[in-house]
Amino acid sequence: MAAEGGKIDPMHQFLIEPVLGQRWIVGGYDVSFTNSALWMVITLVVLWLFMLGGMKRELVPGRWQAAVEGFTGFVQNMLTSNVGPEGKRFVPYVFSLFMFILFANILGLMPVGIVPGWHPFTVTSHLTVTGVLAIISFSIVLIVGFGRHGFHFFSLFVPHGTPALMVPLIFVVELMSFLVRPFSLGLRLFVAMTAGHILLKVLAAFVINGINLGPGYAVLITVPSFVLMLGITLLELLVAAIQAYVFALLTSVYLNDAVNLH
Amino acid sequence: MPQISQIAATYASQIFWLLITFGLLYFGIGKLMVPRVQGVMDLRESKIAQDLASAESARIAADTTEAAWNADMDAARAAAQAEVAAAKARATAAAEAQLRSADADLAERVAHHDVAVANAKAAAMVNVQTIATEAAQELVQRLAGVTVPTEAANEAVRRQLNHG
Repeated sequence: MAAEGGKIDPMHQFLIEPVLGQRWIVGGYDVSFTNSALWMVITLVVLWLFMLGGMKRELVPGRWQAAVEGFTGFVQNMLTSNVGPEGKRFVPYVFSLFMFILFANILGLMPVGIVPGWHPFTVTSHLTVTGVLAIISFSIVLIVGFGRHGFHFFSLFVPHGTPALMVPLIFVVELMSFLVRPFSLGLRLFVAMTAGHILLKVLAAFVINGINLGPGYAVLITVPSFVLMLGITLLELLVAAIQAYVFALLTSVYLNDAVNLH
Repeated sequence: MPQISQIAATYASQIFWLLITFGLLYFGIGKLMVPRVQGVMDLRESKIAQDLASAESARIAADTTEAAWNADMDAARAAAQAEVAAAKARATAAAEAQLRSADADLAERVAHHDVAVANAKAAAMVNVQTIATEAAQELVQRLAGVTVPTEAANEAVRRQLNHG
């Protein structure tokens, strides 16, 4: 949070800047190690540590192993119930996707701001990241769909029982809805994360400014804002999990289209 | 909104690092660790299924053993009952035979005694007749002074005895 003359900018948290102030320009592209990249690496390391705790491979799992197996089983069930037995093939990808988004969302909500010099950053609050993830999912759907069915994949855009007269119109409508999928997938996560974090920062600004204005305002503004903030924080934790779930679920639903053509 | 105002300046860095981290995540965790976790889960599932199957077969074996034991017990009980009945019949038959032989023995002995009694009676009767004949001869001699031949006296006594 940047306090500039008593004003707190709720957008400052989304600012991307190189961590050590150094810019790495490679081939005309700026690939600096930014705070966004740092939090991607933190997400990866935390997830890796989480998975490492579940690799004891015991027949009777401990708590940690049970948690890791719970997540794995959850993704596996989601794929087998949406795609069928063939869905097991996509468990590595959907698991990576789900866990990356989930951990990035939750790590972005962690109160690391209390450590001096640290600022939490939500990787998934940037359209670039969610867009790339959505494009990866969409590309896998296209590759699997055309790889399995060839040009027969286009029959996905003509539902069963469409009258011959309506086929061109329905084809266009279905194609549009199909092509919109990566945008809706990426935008949904980006908007949900951005909105939640802006709301939290606005409420936090109310809390700080209320205190600065004196005891009367503190009681009037700070206390209700703080209570509301606690509730919103819990809600945001829920949203973090739900958005990761929605992203993974929609990916598996789209994979079902690609594998089974309705 | 930095996500949009900064996008031209930061997209390359974000995409670059996302591809690196997500690539490591996919190949390191998704492709290496997740299949192992799934392997452990499958192993556990198959172990549980196997244990359940062996428990079921053990239960069936116990049931058949119990049924065989019951059948054995029933057969043994039936054999014992048959043996008891046979022993009882044999004992009854033996007792009857013994009784019959004792009866026959007794009847024979009674018959012997009857014959002896009849002989004794007949002998006694002959004696009585002889005594009566002698008494009659003596009486006649004393009263009439007549000596009656023994045959006549005997005849008279026999006639008198028979008319009784």
